[in-house]
Amino acid sequence: MQWKHKDLLDVSQFTEAEARHVLSTAAHFREINSRPVKKVPTLKGRSVVLFFAEPSTRTKTSFDMAGKRLSADTFSLAKSGSSLVKGETLKDTALTLQAMNPDGIVIRHGSSGAAQFLAERLECSVINAGDGRHAHPTQALLDALTLSRRWHGDFSGKTVLILGDIAHSRVARSNVLLLTLLGANVRLCAPRTLLPPRLDTWPVTVFGDLAKAAQGADAVMCLRLQLERQQAGLLPDLREYARTFGLSARHLLDAAPGCCVLHPGPINRGVEIDSDLADSAESRILEQVENGVAVRMALLFLYLTRKSPDAAAPGMPE
Amino acid sequence: MPTQDKTPKARKIDLAVRGALWFGSIGSKKAKKGGQAVDVFVASGKIVSLAPSGSLDLKAAKDIDARGLVLLPSLTDVHTHLREPGQEYKESIASGLKAAAFGGFGNILCMANTKPVNDTAAVTELMLDKARESWPNGPRLFPIGALTKGLKGLELAPMAELAASGCAAFSNDGRPVESTEIFRRALEYAQDLGRIVIDHCEDPYLAPAAGMNEGEVSSRLGLPAQPDIAEAIQVARDVLLAEYLNVPIHLAHVSCEKSAALIRFAKARGVDVTAETCPHYLCLTEDETAGYSAGAKVSPPLRPRADVEAMLDALADGTIDMLATDHAPHAAHEKEVEFDQAPCGISGLDTALATTWELVRTGKLPFDAFLRAWTTAPCARFGLPVNRFLPGDPADMVLFDQDQQWVVSAETMHSKSKNTPLLGRTLRGRVQAHFLAGKSVV
Repeated sequence: MQWKHKDLLDVSQFTEAEARHVLSTAAHFREINSRPVKKVPTLKGRSVVLFFAEPSTRTKTSFDMAGKRLSADTFSLAKSGSSLVKGETLKDTALTLQAMNPDGIVIRHGSSGAAQFLAERLECSVINAGDGRHAHPTQALLDALTLSRRWHGDFSGKTVLILGDIAHSRVARSNVLLLTLLGANVRLCAPRTLLPPRLDTWPVTVFGDLAKAAQGADAVMCLRLQLERQQAGLLPDLREYARTFGLSARHLLDAAPGCCVLHPGPINRGVEIDSDLADSAESRILEQVENGVAVRMALLFLYLTRKSPDAAAPGMPE
Repeated sequence: MPTQDKTPKARKIDLAVRGALWFGSIGSKKAKKGGQAVDVFVASGKIVSLAPSGSLDLKAAKDIDARGLVLLPSLTDVHTHLREPGQEYKESIASGLKAAAFGGFGNILCMANTKPVNDTAAVTELMLDKARESWPNGPRLFPIGALTKGLKGLELAPMAELAASGCAAFSNDGRPVESTEIFRRALEYAQDLGRIVIDHCEDPYLAPAAGMNEGEVSSRLGLPAQPDIAEAIQVARDVLLAEYLNVPIHLAHVSCEKSAALIRFAKARGVDVTAETCPHYLCLTEDETAGYSAGAKVSPPLRPRADVEAMLDALADGTIDMLATDHAPHAAHEKEVEFDQAPCGISGLDTALATTWELVRTGKLPFDAFLRAWTTAPCARFGLPVNRFLPGDPADMVLFDQDQQWVVSAETMHSKSKNTPLLGRTLRGRVQAHFLAGKSVV
C-alpha cells in the first residue's frame, strides 16, 4: 500500500484498509522485536525529533526504541530545559525544528490541536503522540493490535468497554474512533461528571453502572484517573470512585468468555483497576507495551518512507 | 419631506449626493420595495433634505454622483476595544477610528479594559484627547467607564467623575462582576448618574474556559468549553435585578437562543432592558473552530446553527435591539498559538457592514431591523447623535457599493489586527464614501 498521509494527527484520517495496513505492518515488526538482533537498517540516515512538551516516560521511550531499532537517529526535546519554558511560542519552536530538517517529529503536548498546529507549519511528517484531550492515535493502534492478535483480526460483533475518565481522555477519543472503524461495538462507562458533552453524537452506548456495562464485554479498557479530578469537584474521593467504577475480577464474571483487560498506563492500583486483576491472566497491559514499540516502528516506517515507493520493510512479503 | 419655507433658493447647499439608492422611508412615505433613487442635500454639516432623485432643483457647492451606490446613515458601534492606552501594538485609537470610518461607523463606544483600566478621569480624558488629535473630524469616540475599580469587581469605580469626564456608559466588559451584591450596587449608583450599565453576561463560575461552545464540536475536539447557559444564567440574573431595582440595563454580545428567550420574557414584563448581538453570531457557527482555528475563538463562543437562526429572529423582531461588533483586536502572534492558549476576540470593524448587509441582501434580515440595529436603537439608548435623514440631523452618511467583492486580508483591513475567521474569504459590499457632519472622511 502506497502511504499517502504526511502526518498522523488522529485515527479519523484512516480508512479501515489503512488502519489494518498499520496493524499488519506492526505485526511484522513484532516479529523483528523477538529476534536476538533487533536492529534493522530501514531508516538509516533519517532523523526523528521526539518533542515531548508534557511529561511522558513510556510513550517517549517506546518511540525512541522504535526509531533506534529502525536505525533512525532520534533526538529528544523536552519541555523542561527547552526554550518553551523561556516563553518561546509553539510556532517559533516549530520553525526552529523545521530549520534543522528532520524527517519526522513526534509531538506530545498538553493542548488539544497542538499536533495539527505543528503539521500545518512543517514540511516533515508530524506524528501525534498525544495532544491534550483530543487524540492519541498510536495508543489506539497498539490497543487495536493487542485485541487484533487475540481476535485474529476480527472485530465484528465484539464489544469493548472503555471505563473511566472519558471526558479528559485522548486515549478514549481515539479508541472510540478506531474500534468503531474496525467493526467493534463500543461502550463507555463513567460517572456523569467524567463524560464529555453530546455523547449522542458519538457511536457509543453509555452506561452509568459498571456491572451492567461489563455484561458480555469482550474487552475492558480502563483509563487512568488523574488524581486532580477530585479537587476539581468531579468526584467525591478515590475510595468512592474505586467502589463504584474500579474494575475487579467480579465484574468479569458476567463478561464474555475470554474477556481481556487493557490499560494505557501508568496504572493507579486499587483505583481504576483492582491490583490483583492488573496482574492476572486476563490483563494484557504488558503486551500493550510490547505492541506499542511495534506499532510505532510501523508508523515511523510508513510515514518516513512514504516518498520512496519501492520501500518495503525488511523481510516484508512484496 | 422639507416644507416650502425650508428650501429657499437663497439657502446655501454645501453638498448634494445625487442618485443614491435608499431602501428606507422618506418622511411619512413608506419605503419602496427594492429601494429608490434619492438626492441628499447638506448644509452646515446637517441634513437639509432627502428627496426622490430629481424632485428638488437645488444647486450645491459640491456634487457627488452616487448612482448605483446604497445610501446609509453612518453606523454606531456601542462595543469596541481600541486597546489604547497600553496595548497600542494591537490597536490604537487612531487606527481604530480609521477602521471605523472605512467600516462605515460614525460613533464608537470603547470599553474600559485598557492598561491602565479606564477607571479614572485621567484615562478617559487621554482617550478623548487622542481621538481629537488623531482625527478631529473623524468618527466620534465615546469611552465607556469601568464599573468597578480596575475591573476587579470589588469596589465601585468613581462613576460620577468618569461621567463628568465624558464616559457614555459603564461596564466591566471582559471581566464580569462575580459578586451579585456589588453588581446590584453598581446598577443603583449608575442610575443616579443617568448612565446605562452594560453587562458582559458570562457566569464566571460556570465559564472557566471561555471561547469555545460546549457541544458536539468541543466534545469531538477535546477542548474545554462553556455551555450556553453560562450566558443565559447571567442574563436571567441581570433582568431580574433590573426589574427589582427599576433600573435600565444593556446586555452585551448576546449569542444564544436561551438568552433571547429570557430577554423576550423580561421585555414582556416591562423591564428596561436592551441587548446587542454581533455580526459573528449571525454569520458564523461553532464549526469555524473545528480545525482548532484560534481566529474563531471569541467570548461568548460561536454557537450551533440553531442559535444563529434564533439570533436572526430575535434581531428581526426587536427582542435584540441592536448590533455591535465587539471589535477585539489581537496581534497575529498572540492568536497563532495553541487554541487553548489564544486570547478571545474577533477584529470586527472592517467586516461588520459587509457581513450584515449580506443578511439584508439575502432576505435574512429586514432592512428596517438593520437600520434600527446599527443606528437608531444604539443612539437612542446611549444618547448619541443620529442621522434619520430628517432636516437638521447630522449629515453622517455612507455610500456603499453593495456589489463590490473584496477579499478580507491584511491589505484590505484597516484595523491594526487581522484576527478574524473571515480572513481570506470574499465579502460583498464595500464603503465607497463616508461623510461625517457633511465632511468626507473616506
